[in-house]
Amino acid sequence: MLNRYPLWKYLLILVVLVVGLIYSLPNLFPEDPAIQISSAQGDSLDERQIERVETALIENDIDVKALEKENGQWLIRLRHDDDQLNARDIAADLLGNDATVALNLAEATPEWLQAFSASPMTLGLDLRGGVHFLLEVDMDAALTQRLEVNASAMRELLRGERIRYRNTEVEERSLSIDFASAEDRDTARSLISRDFPDFEYSSEGDGRASSLVMTLSDQSVNEIQDYAINQNLTTLRNRVNELGVAEPMVQRQGPNQIVVELPGIQDTVAAKRIVGATANLEFRLEARPDTPENETETLTFRNEPARTAELMRDVIITGDSVSSASNSFDENGRPQVNIDLDGTGGTLMNRATRTNIGRNMAVLFIEHKSEDTVVTDPETGEETIEREPYVERGLISLATIQSALGNSFRITGLDSPTEAAELALLLRSGSLAAPIYFVQERTIGPSLGAENIERGLLSVQIGLLLVVLFMLVRYKVFGVFANIALALNLTLLVAVMSMLGATLTLPGIAGIVLTLGMAVDANVLIFERIREELRNGMSVQQAIQAGYERAFTSIVDANITTLLVAVILFSIGTGPVKGFAVTLSIGILTSLFTALMVTRAMVNLVYGSKPVKKLWI
Amino acid sequence: MKPLSHLQIDFMGRRKFAYIVSAVMLIASIAAIIILKLNFGLDFTGGTLIEVRYGAAPSLDAIRVLLEESGFQDVSVQTFGASTEVLIRLQQAFDADVGGEVVNLLRSSGDSVNLVRSEFVGSQVGDQLRDQSGLGLLVALGVVMVYVAFRFQYKFAIGALLALMHDVIIVVGVFALFQLDFDLTVLAAILAVIGYSLNDTIVVYDRVRESIRTSRIDDMPQIFNEAINATLSRTLATSGTTLLVLLALLLLGGDMIENFAIALLVGIVVGTFSSIYIAAALLLPLKLSREDLIPTKKELDEEEEELP
Repeated sequence: MLNRYPLWKYLLILVVLVVGLIYSLPNLFPEDPAIQISSAQGDSLDERQIERVETALIENDIDVKALEKENGQWLIRLRHDDDQLNARDIAADLLGNDATVALNLAEATPEWLQAFSASPMTLGLDLRGGVHFLLEVDMDAALTQRLEVNASAMRELLRGERIRYRNTEVEERSLSIDFASAEDRDTARSLISRDFPDFEYSSEGDGRASSLVMTLSDQSVNEIQDYAINQNLTTLRNRVNELGVAEPMVQRQGPNQIVVELPGIQDTVAAKRIVGATANLEFRLEARPDTPENETETLTFRNEPARTAELMRDVIITGDSVSSASNSFDENGRPQVNIDLDGTGGTLMNRATRTNIGRNMAVLFIEHKSEDTVVTDPETGEETIEREPYVERGLISLATIQSALGNSFRITGLDSPTEAAELALLLRSGSLAAPIYFVQERTIGPSLGAENIERGLLSVQIGLLLVVLFMLVRYKVFGVFANIALALNLTLLVAVMSMLGATLTLPGIAGIVLTLGMAVDANVLIFERIREELRNGMSVQQAIQAGYERAFTSIVDANITTLLVAVILFSIGTGPVKGFAVTLSIGILTSLFTALMVTRAMVNLVYGSKPVKKLWI
Repeated sequence: MKPLSHLQIDFMGRRKFAYIVSAVMLIASIAAIIILKLNFGLDFTGGTLIEVRYGAAPSLDAIRVLLEESGFQDVSVQTFGASTEVLIRLQQAFDADVGGEVVNLLRSSGDSVNLVRSEFVGSQVGDQLRDQSGLGLLVALGVVMVYVAFRFQYKFAIGALLALMHDVIIVVGVFALFQLDFDLTVLAAILAVIGYSLNDTIVVYDRVRESIRTSRIDDMPQIFNEAINATLSRTLATSGTTLLVLLALLLLGGDMIENFAIALLVGIVVGTFSSIYIAAALLLPLKLSREDLIPTKKELDEEEEELP
């Protein structure tokens, strides 16, 4: 029989559509702009005060959608985004010191949908705004870190040439090495200056007190600082926008600051943890009993502060050599991070482990933190916040090297699966070249005016309507099929984007509608082919069959080619290019599914296996 | 057997003229890109960030209009923390006076305005985006060529590649020529043009391949004409629906989507044209023959048709 689908195909389509519907539905319940009022003393607020706030809001032409009380806190949901800031100011003025008033985006997804962990797409910075973080890059630390790396390389160089040195010291912008004799110092100087042209050299002291002092030139200080800022920008971009669909804004501000704006964030604590985290790893060998003391360092374990280990000062590799990382669980259900190293990292790791089988290797977890203290100037009484940066280092594992390690291995000893997931994300997105600190945190309004948003949304709706009308006029009954498929396509697209946690911006919405305009192509190809076969004298059922079959190669070839481009752009591109590739791939897959399978199912249900004289196409 | 209702336009007969049109557009585009250069938007160039504090909550739209009328480009105005604090981003090289200038301008409408800070901001996209994406595009083109060569034949791959480059250069050229703002949304539009153009080219190719295999005549231009005419109604329907969407976006959508729509509009018109006159027509000078498409061993039934 021609044009019949087996039952399982109908069921498959049904299942996909139901799942799509569930995950796209939350977008019909957008988050409400709200203000959250909680008592400053921790007791619950007087209902009369809330009523006073409500009356004040209504007097100021602010539409209140609902009042809710939850855990002793009040949530006032508003109808318009624009009113949110105003409403907060009014409420804060009215309640004074009795209460804390904060902005909030209140979730409106019904509970039964939340049970599927379905949530709506976030609205972008252009449509709704978000949260604005100002971060400061610690330039001094950037310099010290670079000097430490240089010092380590110089030590290795000197050891390789069998020149004896005593002590290396890193200061703000300079590095000094002590030698046992002036001759050693002079040989070392000519050796080192060949490899490290960025320094200005000066020889100090004589005999057993001779030392070599190396100072960074102004130009190289600038270069290091520029590098630190740019590296941090790249890393932050990777962290907050892994898939490229989160639409954040990350830009440099002034000489040493970075602005990060994230759309629709409610949990600023979690966001700050990811943005500001400076975790990195170091892999080092455990010291031998006979290692000289100036080459070792004693460190404690992160989970057991009482346990310590003696480690070599020299680092085999750091987290910077990680090319990819993912988190999972080991055989005993403990969280672990799987690490792949890049080429150089792999070689270094292999060289170090090959010659040291049987020794212990330590994984060191390093975090830069800072402590703010309020200092009052005794003369002016002015209060300033002083930031004291400090570094936390702790061992997370110490294990015997069983065999030479290669490019990939795993580490365990982490506290929780969340920590493993965050560490994996941080390693994947690259490390920060210098520690960063939060300077400011504010909410930020939408960057587009209300009128612009309205016009944009109107144009998108009209565009969509035009496509629907065009298909109806041109293909009649088949146009209805195509339009139903189009609606399902939109549903699936929105569902997948929501699941990926994509952010919706105005150009993004325009892109989705454009995708739909292009997605009719597959149906157009099929319908034109059916018409052609009908003209060529085929019977109705044969024409339908042949139309779908012959258009199939065109459709598949065309879409696979485009999909190839998308997949490659995704794997190589970054940021918005990556995001575009994600959207494009999803659009291609959903439109292939709806245009080929869903319309065929409808055509089969309506026309299949019964005598049809004429097709309204 | 020719379909009766089909137009039979002699596309290939006019290909010389089309080549000239393409060449002129290409030269004009490349010249515009080299001489006039692209006018990159705030996303790419960075600019100045100004924070001001008002006495009473201002109208953001009024600030936008005021700044734009005074000649500032690419203005973004947002509330910042409180409704009286406003963050303004301008595409203006930073110097110490810009902040004061803007504040004076805002005061001219009678509000009390104080400057909180003014600072230079970098671009929103890094060098990484440019380098990586350029590389990504090259690799993508390479893989597409291999795929087309594998599914069709290498001559088709050359045609598809040239058509794609043709389209991208002309869209970028239009932006350089008219000095339109080239920002991240335009970049997305250009990637979409690549997808569309490739899609269109492959559909035409597919029909060309089918016509060559089934046709009984040996006159290549004639076979090409048949294939293109057979896909013509599809081409018009698809680009028609897409153009309808784009016209709605362009005419009604406002500033934010205007350039996005222009890039795609140009790209789709040029992409449709190039599928016929670059991708397909270039197969003629490349001397595509029936033997290129019909393997000598397989598909014996089609080989029969080759007999004179």
